[in-house]
Amino acid sequence: MSTPVVLPGCLLEARDIVKSFGQTPALRGASVTVGQGEILAVMGPSGSGKSTLLHCLAGIFQPDRGEVWFDGRRLDTLSEAERTRLRRTAFGFVFQFGQMVPELTAADNVALPLLLNRTSRKLAYKTAGTWLDRLGLGDKGGRRTGELSGGEAQRVAVARALALTPKVVFADEPTGSLDSLTGEKVMDLLTGLARQQDATVVVVTHDARVASYADRVVMVRDGHVSADLGTAAAPRSPAAATATGPASARAVR
Amino acid sequence: MSVPLTLLGLLEREPSHGYDLKRDYDAFFGRGKQLPFGQVYATLGRLARDGKIVPGDAEPGDGPDRRRYAITTTGRDEVDTWLAEAVEPEPHLQTVLFAKVTLALMLGKPAEAYLDTQRAAHIRRMQELTEIKRTGPLVDVLLADHALFHLEADLRWIDLTSARLAELAEAVGTR
Repeated sequence: MSTPVVLPGCLLEARDIVKSFGQTPALRGASVTVGQGEILAVMGPSGSGKSTLLHCLAGIFQPDRGEVWFDGRRLDTLSEAERTRLRRTAFGFVFQFGQMVPELTAADNVALPLLLNRTSRKLAYKTAGTWLDRLGLGDKGGRRTGELSGGEAQRVAVARALALTPKVVFADEPTGSLDSLTGEKVMDLLTGLARQQDATVVVVTHDARVASYADRVVMVRDGHVSADLGTAAAPRSPAAATATGPASARAVR
Repeated sequence: MSVPLTLLGLLEREPSHGYDLKRDYDAFFGRGKQLPFGQVYATLGRLARDGKIVPGDAEPGDGPDRRRYAITTTGRDEVDTWLAEAVEPEPHLQTVLFAKVTLALMLGKPAEAYLDTQRAAHIRRMQELTEIKRTGPLVDVLLADHALFHLEADLRWIDLTSARLAELAEAVGTR
């Protein structure tokens, strides 16, 4: 029988997840743990199963086999209604294309999940305003999201995800449709503000520069999770940007 | 990094003492490695000999740093030419990585495991550089960006080579 989550500090865990779509296996026994407050990047080529893993961890997909644990309890065996409630209250989501309601304003979009959680209208809009401010969009609250640039819309998505003060933010290719500098700004804000809130982040990306914002990087290949690729050490001094690191020195000169 | 051309470029801003040049070189281009005074004055001597800079009148005081140097038209032209030239696009990593992968395959050793190790090392370095970008001044951010893009290019090569290992093993083995 299954045992409760035992790893200290572990908030979210997938155990030996198998998930197929029709005849096509997406995950073939994927296991991963995510610590409380950790920022985890999941990398992998297209079709490796990385998005499916995120959807299973977030309770959007139910695995065919295996277990998902969140905060000490089984997630995959909860009813659809319970999982929906959990997604609304404890999880925030940022997808590649913001998935805003384009006819609504930025403030409406951020306030909407709060209103769904029965926050009062006044408080929901006040919170939305605070978060739009933090993301540098204080003056854009009244604009329809359909009229915003891609980078602005994605920052609204980050505001919407964090305004709920979620335990976990799930981000699936959050910078996939943005240019380098804009994508970097979004990642900087997402990870920086999540750290301030002590929110855990799971970000799925094929982009190593996006993954490098994470505390830890794992790779999904052929439906399995490989060993850790990188665990961030203490930052080196700025001079190390050109110091004789094994690979980087070459790259800088 | 070309020291003479960089010092010449710094002199194009305004006439300067050797000390000021060294200070600015260390701050912007030294990246933790200081330019020795001896090299500064030797370089200034050669630049003056070649007519690219001219020393001003000696100012009162002791030590070698009693002159302010000014750039000449010849010097300005040289800086312009240098700044307009493309740098040789060097294939940085392929030589080492390619040699390791190919040899591993030839010797029947685990090339994929090596590529995984290299991938992990690259990702860790990218995390460090990203942290530097988050906290460092803009000059460091620019250098870190450059390193990140190069490491990213290496990673793409590593991924593609991983996917081609079977094919590559065949090519290497049948030779």
